[in-house]
Amino acid sequence: MRWRDAVAGLLLAACLLLTGAGAVWAVDPTELPDPRLQARYVALTHELRCMQCQNEALADSPVELAADLRREVRDQLLAGKSDDDIRAWMSARYGDFILFRPRYSLRNAWLWGAPAALLLIGALVCWRVVRNRGALLATDNEPLEEDGQSG
Amino acid sequence: MNRFLLPLGLFVLLAVVLAIGIRHAPEKGVIASPLLGRPAPQFALPSLTDPAQQVRSADLKGHWYLFNVWGTWCGECRQEHETLLQVHSAGVVPIIGLDWRDDDTQARSWLAQLGNPYQSVAVDRSGRIAIDWGVYGAPETFLVNPQGIVVYKHVGALTPDTWTREILPRVSGLPAGTS
Repeated sequence: MRWRDAVAGLLLAACLLLTGAGAVWAVDPTELPDPRLQARYVALTHELRCMQCQNEALADSPVELAADLRREVRDQLLAGKSDDDIRAWMSARYGDFILFRPRYSLRNAWLWGAPAALLLIGALVCWRVVRNRGALLATDNEPLEEDGQSG
Repeated sequence: MNRFLLPLGLFVLLAVVLAIGIRHAPEKGVIASPLLGRPAPQFALPSLTDPAQQVRSADLKGHWYLFNVWGTWCGECRQEHETLLQVHSAGVVPIIGLDWRDDDTQARSWLAQLGNPYQSVAVDRSGRIAIDWGVYGAPETFLVNPQGIVVYKHVGALTPDTWTREILPRVSGLPAGTS
């Protein structure tokens, strides 16, 4: 899903331009020596939830617990852990709730399936409405009421 | 008749989905702990009352204990302190404290002023052990059985009600290990 990351990156860049980037770095000044590790660090801290504030990512939260968890992400990246290792480590302690991007699992199937199902239902409704309209047009030969009265 | 069937069906579906959502709505943002039914995290930390000593989870095996996460910076901890003292004097189950991201001197004077309900207090200055326990706000209280399995977790101030309804029956009545 490279294009999705690219789009996300562009959107993020646009947001930063609009809001001013200063505030983002004020929360988390961490800078890893390897730029590739740094990129993974930024990605991970944006997809893990701050458990105390709940609607913020670790990267954006000024609370101490978020700082502790960022420190864990940093240390584990430096220790050579993979992104999945770190996600698993986090969810073993805080549950899947800490993952902003839910995992693909049987338990989450309804979550991932819901958009497709809703789209399908919408398409079905659309199709029925259009078909019923079509049937109306073909059989409705009555003159419009207004036309008949004004003449 | 038929043209109402689909919207009605959709409405019922939506109602069911929302009803499930409301039923499972976490009360006041309480998040289910993945630790329940699992072994309690291991730790060995300096003791608050005697820094030369260590509080070690390995020493706690073989009997029930409550694991209470607190800090002097935490307002709700002050509220629950009275309940902790009552639990302590009931003498049913010992309380092990985890002093989370706190100042040792302040914590010691807190216990001197308000009374000490703890069998021992472990000092977690870096917050590393609290993370292992999945703590996201103080106070939090865990009940651990003699096999070292976490049986119950309470988020927020402990009340006499929680004690009599949730904790006491688990410790005294049911066979151990009911995860």
